[in-house]
Amino acid sequence: MVNIKEFSSREERLSSGHRLCGGCGAPIIARMVTKATKDPVVIVNATGCLEVATTIYPYTAWKVPWMHNAFENAAATISGIETAFRALKKKGKIKKEIKFIAFGGDGGTYDIGLQSMSGAFERGHKFVYVCYDNEAYMNTGIQRSGATPYGASTTTAPAGKVKQGKEQFRKDLTSIAAAHHVPYVAQAAPSEWNDLITKAEKALNADGPAFLNVLSPCPRGWRFPENLTIEISKLAIKTRFWPLIEIENGKWTLNKDITKPLPIKEWIKSQGRYSHLLKPGNEAIIEKIQERVNKDWEKIKKLCS
Amino acid sequence: MKLALSGNEAAAYAMKHINPDVVPAFPITPQTEIMHNFAGFVADGEVDTEMILVESEHSAMSAAVGAASAGARVMTATSANGLALMFEIVYIAASTRLPIVMTVVNRALSGPINIHCDHSDSMGCRDSGWIQIYSENAQEVYDNIIIGMKLAEDMKIRLPVMVCQDGFITSHSIDVVEPLEPETVKNFIGEHKAIYPLLDVENPVTYGPLDLYDYYFEHKRQQVDAMWYVKPTLRQIFADFSKISGRAYDIIEKYFVDDADQVIVTMSSTAGTAKAEVDELRKKGQKAGLLKIKLFRPFPYEEVSEALKNAKHIAVLDRSLSFGADAPLYSEIKSALYNQNKKICSYVFGLGGRDINLEDIKKVFSEIQKLDNTCHDIRFIGLRD
Repeated sequence: MVNIKEFSSREERLSSGHRLCGGCGAPIIARMVTKATKDPVVIVNATGCLEVATTIYPYTAWKVPWMHNAFENAAATISGIETAFRALKKKGKIKKEIKFIAFGGDGGTYDIGLQSMSGAFERGHKFVYVCYDNEAYMNTGIQRSGATPYGASTTTAPAGKVKQGKEQFRKDLTSIAAAHHVPYVAQAAPSEWNDLITKAEKALNADGPAFLNVLSPCPRGWRFPENLTIEISKLAIKTRFWPLIEIENGKWTLNKDITKPLPIKEWIKSQGRYSHLLKPGNEAIIEKIQERVNKDWEKIKKLCS
Repeated sequence: MKLALSGNEAAAYAMKHINPDVVPAFPITPQTEIMHNFAGFVADGEVDTEMILVESEHSAMSAAVGAASAGARVMTATSANGLALMFEIVYIAASTRLPIVMTVVNRALSGPINIHCDHSDSMGCRDSGWIQIYSENAQEVYDNIIIGMKLAEDMKIRLPVMVCQDGFITSHSIDVVEPLEPETVKNFIGEHKAIYPLLDVENPVTYGPLDLYDYYFEHKRQQVDAMWYVKPTLRQIFADFSKISGRAYDIIEKYFVDDADQVIVTMSSTAGTAKAEVDELRKKGQKAGLLKIKLFRPFPYEEVSEALKNAKHIAVLDRSLSFGADAPLYSEIKSALYNQNKKICSYVFGLGGRDINLEDIKKVFSEIQKLDNTCHDIRFIGLRD
């Protein structure tokens, strides 16, 4: 449990005045995660919204050491930094403890950066990889990614006269991360701040690589008003669309059981990216999504039992 | 002490004597032996280096960029497709001004896949902002890596350096190499001085920001300026190096060029072959010469222009192509000689590791003797019709 009074008194590591959109989930997540340790942190950011909007030269919103290298290599880059830290510490050139955090969007993590992250996990670098998952390539203009949910309309898989948005289900990146048998993997959401900060603390204190997959509502891409970010995040939990789980040294835990879930239609109704699904004739698609949510939930319950 | 070493072993020895903080590595033929040898030094505790055995060359260069920004002294090595996979981050390493030294064991780029020597890999990176030094033999590989490290870390330069050697021809042939004493190398290159290291948490810096039309151009200009310091700085380093090694180098090497009528211009191991043929022809009275280009980036235009002022006929031998344009080395030599009325001919040889021998070189010297004008078509050496 986090003491909110003490937590809010900690120094901000991502300052206000950055240029992310109003209502963006990414800076909320970044602030909570980076404040979850009192140790110094060094951050690597994959190319994406969080990167471009916080560091337009000659300005930076970061009050801690921060690096952007490219799109697909945040994990490889932080591998280099973390290794340099060990090499210089061994030689007595660095005395302090430092935590290492990599941020990537879903494009930079589920897709183009997956190999780099997998390699870094396998090698056992001590760092936390945080995926702020807004479920599409938002920085380049809402293109579908491996994280885009079934049925959502994006600019590269739009709903049209014969197609109804994305025709594939998203990949289960959290399980993929867990399959590396790293000490800590979790799924979180910004509305559940206590759960998210607690998970960030555990991840930062893990003895090896850790992974946080954090749902990051995107008003522009998901088509909802900017003041509803936290409400949308809550709806993802209540509909079982985004289960809050953690895998600690191989042990699965369901952090929030949703005993009376809202129908997935409530989630679909809340966002413009799904509006085509509400048209007559598309009921079967909603049913298919509901079935998948049910099946995934059962699977998670079994793993967590 | 003289040792029998391959080019790859010589590279590993140079790395051992430099003792870098971090070495990210990924295997590719013909570079692999460098890392086998170096990993052996790590395993035996002969160096303090932390290796990162990454899952691709893209990650090797990414980790190198991360480690160098963190404040570490970083080295790596690659070949061909590995360099091609790194390409994106090769540019980022240069524009972030990171003094990484990378041995490139030159190998033909796919496709079709081929594991043998040509220069298509490093020539593809000639505009990446890296300094490029080409080595004739294993001794030069060893020396150039140490010289390259000192050059990369010079405070006015701070640019990454590629030290190239010919795949298999140099990398896998046993040669006589005289390494320096480790202590001598340590003193020569000095302590690594990091600039704005990421790990200095008291003084946080932002690396790799979004740099738009209002600043990007000025940053590119700074890279141009850094390159202009390379030639004078490298000359000074060569002079200092000759004091500790007894081996004198320059950014170009003139072999019987000053009074030569016919000059071949080439790079790397083929320079050695050409020297042997120059010796033969000189015995017979032909005024043949060889100009070896050691530093390809930045390119020594003035030095080449001056060196070739007396030559009547010039052949430029490239081990790579630029489809639909002049071959890379020829293009530069032609440029260097634009205000001299020279008879010059472009030869391309050895693609995909095809051998070039003394007879081939002899034929080139003989052909260019008869040149009336600059020839307009590329001539291919050892190519079937």
